[in-house]
Amino acid sequence: MTTEAATIGLTHGASEDTGLGHRGPQSKSIVVPYGFWLFVLSDMVLFSALFATYATLVHATDGGPITNQLFDRNLVAVETISLLLSSFACGLAMVAAKRANMVWTQAWLVLTGLLGLVFLIIELREFAGLIAIGAGPQRSAFLSSFFTLVGCHGAHVTAGLMWIGTMMAQIWAKGFQPHIVRRLLCLSIFWHALDIIWVAIFTIVYLIGTLP
Amino acid sequence: MTEHEPDSGRMNVAPGQPHDSLLSETGAYVIGLVLALVLTGVSFWVASTSVLWGPGVAVGLVVLAIAQMGVHLVFFLHITSGPDNTNNVLALAFGVLIVFLVMVGTIWIMAHMNANMGMAPELMNLQMQH
Repeated sequence: MTTEAATIGLTHGASEDTGLGHRGPQSKSIVVPYGFWLFVLSDMVLFSALFATYATLVHATDGGPITNQLFDRNLVAVETISLLLSSFACGLAMVAAKRANMVWTQAWLVLTGLLGLVFLIIELREFAGLIAIGAGPQRSAFLSSFFTLVGCHGAHVTAGLMWIGTMMAQIWAKGFQPHIVRRLLCLSIFWHALDIIWVAIFTIVYLIGTLP
Repeated sequence: MTEHEPDSGRMNVAPGQPHDSLLSETGAYVIGLVLALVLTGVSFWVASTSVLWGPGVAVGLVVLAIAQMGVHLVFFLHITSGPDNTNNVLALAFGVLIVFLVMVGTIWIMAHMNANMGMAPELMNLQMQH
């Protein structure tokens, strides 16, 4: 009877694997990146609020410049390619790190950081250009929400660049210890997530914003 | 993963955790990169061509963006439908639900609020210009 009930899922027999605590908690190499994955998802929820704000205010230009007059698609294309290649390089750094290959890990991380830096410099130049022509964040509600949304992504990229530098130093100094590799995995999750958010930004803000 | 628990490794994997062999791991990243580049290229082409029906372009761009996000999730973050990924997928599904509610809910409510304020559209627009 008990066996039958367990077979059809009515009871949890001692031999049945519920997936919860049967073998104790998962190892740290699972739990830590999973927790970081939850953080990244909550970060995306934060960005969704900024996207919603932008979508609400995009036409509130107060007689100032509108989206079609401000954005340069060629620059955005370069930014997009830089960030995508940076994400790719970050993935290959993880492949090398898994094999504890110091030279290739550091090389791919350098490339990741440099491409991220290219993205950031283009973005800062764009911001400086907008402010120079009087289209700064204080000009209209549209521009306030634009600088908040894109600037928040840029701030994340800046934090990611500092994190990349930190991880390169830690790998160099401490080697591929399990806790260092865990941190590196969290960094790669963060960096890939930033690229996902950028896909939404270049589509909604820059491409749809510059449709004729 | 300890040796005396040979099957515990199959229960869960961390997001972003690469696969097993060097070739298949690198291959996954290369496939992801190529797909993302193609989708990006198509997005920029769709946005600048006049061949397509104008009002549909924005919707098409959103679809392309969602497709590219899927490519990033699968090939870069290694989120799959496998049993070892259930926790990652469930967390992602909840995140997508909240993102959807926040964005669609906001846009829907704000659009209807403007329409239902009883103000002439021109006045309302004036009101919203700041």
